[in-house]
Amino acid sequence: MTKTTPDALPAEGGPGDGPLLAVDNLHVEFQTRAGVVRAVNGVSYTVGAGETLAVLGESGSGKSVTAQAIMGILDMPPAVIPKGEIRFRGTDLLKLSEDARTQVRGQRIAMIFQDALSALNPVFTVGWQISEMFRVHRGMSKADGMKKAVELMDRVRIPAARQRVHDYPHQFSGGMRQRIMIAMSIALDPEVLIADEPTTALDVTVQAQIMELLADLQRESQMGLILITHDLGVVADVADKIAVMYAGRIVENAPVYDIYKAPAHPYTKGLLDSIPRVDLKGQELYAIKGLPPNLLDLPSGCSFNPRCPYRQDNCVTDAPPLYEISGVRSSACHYWREVLDGERQ
Amino acid sequence: MSNPTPPVGPGLPETQTMVSDTVTAPAPHRQGKHKQAKGGKPASLWTDAWYDLRRRPMFILSVVIILILLVMSFWPQLFTSVDPFNARTCDLSTARQGPSAGHLFGRDNLGCDVYARTIYGARNSIVIGVLTTIITTLVGGLFGIVAGYKSGLVDSVSSRLTEVFFAIPPILGALLIAATFRGRANSILLVIIALAVLGWPMTYRIMRAAVITAKSQDFVVAARALGAGAGRIMFRHLLPNSVAPVIVVATINLGGFIAAEAALSFLGVGVLSPDISWGLMIADARDRFLEAPLPLIFPAVFLCVTVLAFIMMGDAVRDALDPKLR
Amino acid sequence: MASGSDRILEVRDLVKHFPLTQGIVFKKQIGAIKAVDGVSFDLNRGETLGIVGESGCGKSTLAKVLMALERPTSGSVKIDGRDIAKARGGELKRMRRNIQMVMQDPYTSLNPRMTVGDIIGEPYEIHTEVAPKGDRRTKVQELLEVVGLNPDHINRYPHQFSGGQRQRIGIARGLALQPEIIVCDEPVSALDVSIQAQVINLLERLQNEFNLAYIFIAHDLSVVRHISDRVGVMYLGKFVELGKDTEIYDRPAHPYTQALLSAVPVPDPEGREQRERIILQGDPPSPANPPSGCRFRTRCWKAQEICAEEEPLLQIRPGTAHESACHFAETHDVVHVG
Repeated sequence: MTKTTPDALPAEGGPGDGPLLAVDNLHVEFQTRAGVVRAVNGVSYTVGAGETLAVLGESGSGKSVTAQAIMGILDMPPAVIPKGEIRFRGTDLLKLSEDARTQVRGQRIAMIFQDALSALNPVFTVGWQISEMFRVHRGMSKADGMKKAVELMDRVRIPAARQRVHDYPHQFSGGMRQRIMIAMSIALDPEVLIADEPTTALDVTVQAQIMELLADLQRESQMGLILITHDLGVVADVADKIAVMYAGRIVENAPVYDIYKAPAHPYTKGLLDSIPRVDLKGQELYAIKGLPPNLLDLPSGCSFNPRCPYRQDNCVTDAPPLYEISGVRSSACHYWREVLDGERQ
Repeated sequence: MSNPTPPVGPGLPETQTMVSDTVTAPAPHRQGKHKQAKGGKPASLWTDAWYDLRRRPMFILSVVIILILLVMSFWPQLFTSVDPFNARTCDLSTARQGPSAGHLFGRDNLGCDVYARTIYGARNSIVIGVLTTIITTLVGGLFGIVAGYKSGLVDSVSSRLTEVFFAIPPILGALLIAATFRGRANSILLVIIALAVLGWPMTYRIMRAAVITAKSQDFVVAARALGAGAGRIMFRHLLPNSVAPVIVVATINLGGFIAAEAALSFLGVGVLSPDISWGLMIADARDRFLEAPLPLIFPAVFLCVTVLAFIMMGDAVRDALDPKLR
Repeated sequence: MASGSDRILEVRDLVKHFPLTQGIVFKKQIGAIKAVDGVSFDLNRGETLGIVGESGCGKSTLAKVLMALERPTSGSVKIDGRDIAKARGGELKRMRRNIQMVMQDPYTSLNPRMTVGDIIGEPYEIHTEVAPKGDRRTKVQELLEVVGLNPDHINRYPHQFSGGQRQRIGIARGLALQPEIIVCDEPVSALDVSIQAQVINLLERLQNEFNLAYIFIAHDLSVVRHISDRVGVMYLGKFVELGKDTEIYDRPAHPYTQALLSAVPVPDPEGREQRERIILQGDPPSPANPPSGCRFRTRCWKAQEICAEEEPLLQIRPGTAHESACHFAETHDVVHVG
């Protein structure tokens, strides 16, 4: 491992030309008793300052593993990263020493999780936990840290922050806990925020509050936001661009408007078509046939081929590369033209 | 419990129906919820545990020792041609003689063959250990299921009751029972009863806790919704899902009971002569230990190895069945 | 709709309070969680009633009371004219044959130590009169086929199936006794997006095939809309609005329904900046201590003095064609604006 030197760290702020964060051909494998689980097989995406990238996928698609690799919080072993780069302001995070990564983790790239209750420590007050960020990373005193905690709780719109700063996590509702998580994650003004299913555990009305809050915070600070979700509705609401993942690969990359208008991968198209729609009430829903693949034993060729209505012979033999459709769009389907022109259900 | 090994999906073939019949790993679907999630073929608790156990040298070693002990207690003749119950095999004039070709471990205070007595002593240890374990597991397990399932008054009363038993130091309690009823029943039976009376609350606690965890699962609610009665829910649904920790405790306890038997026999309230027991042999040899240490050392070593083997096996089973307890 | 004889389920003034107690030996009641607090509705044969609401609104407790897994504090649940809430012993067991459930989590709702055949066949072991012993295996295989699984997999264990397949096993178990009513408590929310549509289609097909009546409880409003004939919106243990699906979705009259509908993200980015969004402030109050009068008034933008004093009843209000519980009910299409 390289020794920690100040110049090993990615440059602060500055007018970077490239994207803020770029994941490039990332592979993550898990060595298990039953064999090698290829959770991530060559994922590439980028996110710029002030931009929202939605990573859409089902459980097991590798979307969370990719995020954990970015954060450097994968358990290694069993996880192994055989290939790939994660460039943050041009510096490959995977080549940094553990010390240097700690400088980045939580301070410059932060993450919020689905389950805010288990992510918070039940035996400390929320104020203590938020102010810990300042005490540990900024060397602030207890009193100053608490003052900052109240400020942050105000910023994430927790009512009566001054009083509630002394409460424990279980005394808050699910939505409020998620706000506390958000407060902790933005405490040190990160440049990239990764939100892993931040609203999945919440009710719709609370989900709307949280998504609005995230959008506001992003506008204020120009963070790059990576939103990991399986919810096509949430994506349509907030994302600038989308990376659709299936079986550890990106199958489609596109700006949000394009993808909903005309998906270029059969999986994306299937997902969009299976959303219940008013004008189709009473009819059978379109359903993608079959089951998500077994990561231990991926189908040959294109991973989606057993479930794909567009399948031809070469789909079983040749894995499709990510075909470039336009400067901002790509699809990992040999027949993306047909899919693009195809009727929406 | 038999479990067919799940076939590995040969990469989804043609999906004729809406649902493919190929089995996929559910593990990745629960990503994040369970630690074992990442990969790994779906395997049931027992297949997993068996896989794990086969790879533990400690487990294999303890199983080998236990198998030898079992053979020893059922067919001691296989190990020695001397019958220690036959008084003619003893010869006072050879008392405390050291090892010789015919008498590997030498002779004890009465000139009997220590090797033969040690071999024959295994039977009582094993019988007492196994029977006590069976009784405590059945009694404690049954009470545990009922208390865990019923909750409320039944649970409160039986839990308070077990706390009373927990308050009694086990050896002291067993000593009291064994000494009080000494001579009124077969000495071996008495040891079993004394140990079982004080041993069952442990199993009760474990079972009750496991049942309470299992009870909250949806499949129990589903069974109630189908109209299943208490018996069916307890024995068809709760028992198979909470028996694992009980098995672990039973194995570990078995070793403990064997040690406790030796202790009681040593104190003179356990197995009585002419029956043979390691504890008894140790007690007999104690007086002349400095002169002739071997009659004490051999049964003591056998006792230690036996107890250790069961505890080791219990440890391995626990690690395999419930890694969280480690 | 609804001629009298079509009615299979009649729920009247259903109340379920969970007492809050203090003390270990001498329990003293210090209050109650009012999980369900006066719910009435009817259900016809072959009909689907969707119930939506946020967590803590009492919809899952309602399901448990309907299934007689919890005894109601008061009120009645009449199935075919007979009150299951008052039934005991053999009568209750018989009545259970007519109302079954599909649960949310396919991972915990199947006993991991039983084979699929045992799981689906268990209803026949409990209700021995339904199928003679020799027929049971065949019946189980038929059920597997009905829900789209391979009948040869009868000896497999649940862990050998994926989430969607397990949910099918749960559905087969619910069908075994040929009930007329199935209570579905969030049946697809634990499933992957690409699998949800398969299960919804299955539920709809089974409804047509067996003329089942569904109580479909879910928080996903688009799914509820797709499958339901009528929809009830719950808030803090009460229905705030109840009506045909088109009425509820296109002409919601209660402010809470409007907020709920407007909060659902629309899977189409077109015009997202212009979309009307009612973002409610705060969290729902505790069901242990609901607000006086209208329960929604603490978060309602229309609240007036009367809302605190007088509880609005669930009834048809001027200008609307369905029941709503708001003094200021006023239809307002929140979905199609923008």
